[in-house]
Amino acid sequence: MAKVTFREDRCKGCKQCISVCPKNIITMSNKLNIKGHHPATVTADKMKDCIGCASCARMCPDCVITVEK
Amino acid sequence: MAIVYETPKALLDVPTHYCPGCTHGVIHKLVAEVIDELGILDKTIAVAPVGCSILMYNYFACDAIEAAHGRAPATATGIKRTNPDKVVFTYQGDGDLAAIGMGEIVHAAARGENLTSIFVNNCIYGMTGGQMAPTTLPGQITETTPYGRDVKLAGYPIRVSELISTLTGACYVERVSVDTIPNLLKAKKAIKRAFENQIAGKGFSMIEVLSICPTNWGLSPRESMKWLRDNMMTYYPLGVKKNTTEEVK
Amino acid sequence: MGEKVLMKGNEAIGEAAIRANCLAFFGYPITPQTEVAAFMSRMMPKIGRVFLQAESEVAAINMVYGAAGSGVRCMTSSSSPGISLMSEGISNIASAELPCVIVNIVRGGPGLGSIQPSQSDYFQATRGGGHGDYNMPVLAPASIQEMVDLVQDAFDMADIYRNPVMVMGDGMLGQMMEPVEFKDRTKRVLPVKNWAANGLNGRKTHNIIKSLFLEADILEKHNIHLQAKYEEITKNEVRYEIIDCEEACDLILVAYGTTSRICKNVVKWAKKEGLKVGLIRPITLWPFPIEAFEKTIDKTKYGYLSVEMSCGQMVEDVRLAVNGRKSVAFYGRSGGVVPHPTDILDKVKEIIGGVK
Repeated sequence: MAKVTFREDRCKGCKQCISVCPKNIITMSNKLNIKGHHPATVTADKMKDCIGCASCARMCPDCVITVEK
Repeated sequence: MAIVYETPKALLDVPTHYCPGCTHGVIHKLVAEVIDELGILDKTIAVAPVGCSILMYNYFACDAIEAAHGRAPATATGIKRTNPDKVVFTYQGDGDLAAIGMGEIVHAAARGENLTSIFVNNCIYGMTGGQMAPTTLPGQITETTPYGRDVKLAGYPIRVSELISTLTGACYVERVSVDTIPNLLKAKKAIKRAFENQIAGKGFSMIEVLSICPTNWGLSPRESMKWLRDNMMTYYPLGVKKNTTEEVK
Repeated sequence: MGEKVLMKGNEAIGEAAIRANCLAFFGYPITPQTEVAAFMSRMMPKIGRVFLQAESEVAAINMVYGAAGSGVRCMTSSSSPGISLMSEGISNIASAELPCVIVNIVRGGPGLGSIQPSQSDYFQATRGGGHGDYNMPVLAPASIQEMVDLVQDAFDMADIYRNPVMVMGDGMLGQMMEPVEFKDRTKRVLPVKNWAANGLNGRKTHNIIKSLFLEADILEKHNIHLQAKYEEITKNEVRYEIIDCEEACDLILVAYGTTSRICKNVVKWAKKEGLKVGLIRPITLWPFPIEAFEKTIDKTKYGYLSVEMSCGQMVEDVRLAVNGRKSVAFYGRSGGVVPHPTDILDKVKEIIGGVK
């Protein structure tokens, strides 16, 4: 079981994490963060599919994501 | 649960000014991860360029010197020759390294300076608003090639890795990309190699990282990665261009 | 020590730098100072120090910037066109507040010019040389002994003020040979370089060497800080020599470097002809020795004559110092031509005679 945490206020909404997630569990949130971007997120229902590969965290240019396993 | 991935220690935990999706953020992380893994933060000195990454010294936790445009290899030479026990790396974009700085990179490589050079190639001048770079592709539209780069007027792009690999002083030259996770992991391995070579005193290493510039290419970050794959990789093939690090001298 | 050695100017520069514990020399060949690099290429490796011939003067000054930024005592040497190439680097070094010594052995200009001695880089040197509001001390020796002393002083001055310091000679001083004594020197208290970017080594915060300050009000604060430093240098480091101005004079010559030696002869020859001529010899061109003019303004009947190997550069500083109180005239030769004492004396007589 794995868990990803997004520091939403750091996210610039670039979606590179979405491109590399092998399980397609990342989506853009509807809310706006302090910078005016829609931050990336993994909704609670999708978290169980996370395999903790950390592809998202590696590809994120802004160190938004922490991955635990 | 154990942490599988978190921000490297060699990076300060601060937001960056880079555009959304800019691969500078990714490449900074790879360099920082390598510095962490090799345990060299305490003795690393970064030499920053002029370009989008001019403020990299605000993001890296190590000591840093801001170089004049193009002159990072010369500045790094000055540091390394007088502080041979330190790890000195340069980080430059395509204007900095391949236009104004072409003399300095060629001569640093030719002299076999014991340095690590990170070359971020995104085929355009980012900071100044998207003008032609020495690496801009034929037909590519930029602010100063509004009709597309015409090779009759503006000549052909320079394949810097191939050029540097012809110099005997260069011991390791590789072109990598950060467009996919497998490529990103290969890029990290190459960067680690380039730092290890310096620590082992093997000479000059340069890693050219194919990168994107969504803002000046006028594409989304995801579209930009596709443009990189479809256009840049054919002109700038990935791979090791030079490796004399295993030779017995 | 007491032992005198016959040395060529350019080589004496190198020897002085070595004795001042200069640990790195980065340079590029250009006449008439190439012997500095050649000397350093022989000597530095023998004592385990760094010598590197760079690919250009641009590269050389940026190597100096790097070494200086990491806290290492270093220098470069060049001549006029090469110094122009270094201008951006010097501006960066001054703004980043790095100590280093830059030697300029001036040749005829502008452009590629000639290889003979000249003093036509005065404006460039004393007004900073590169872009932006900054200054650097400019030391002008008039003999090889003085060159040796000033080069050593320059390194200390650079460290104390965290500033580039220029030692400006000319092709004559670079090429000629004179006896030199390496005397024991008074030690100056030098600050610790805890600002240097030489690796964290356990330090909690990283050191950044830079000159970029993108917010205008912050850059203004930085400029105000630099200006305060230049005020201090102006207060503490002015050097000059006044010759034969104790009594009232007819005219006072103003000359530095090689030209001042020629003017010393003019002073003697004038005396033989019953003319009372004095000489102010600036040793620091920046900060300019205004006080030498304050001391002599009431002693000169016909004002001052600035004698230079240029089309008239230092004369502007003379005019500023004199501030309209007395006449200021100019005599000079350019292109690398060295003025003859007879010609200078003729000009002196013209000024004195003409006014009579």
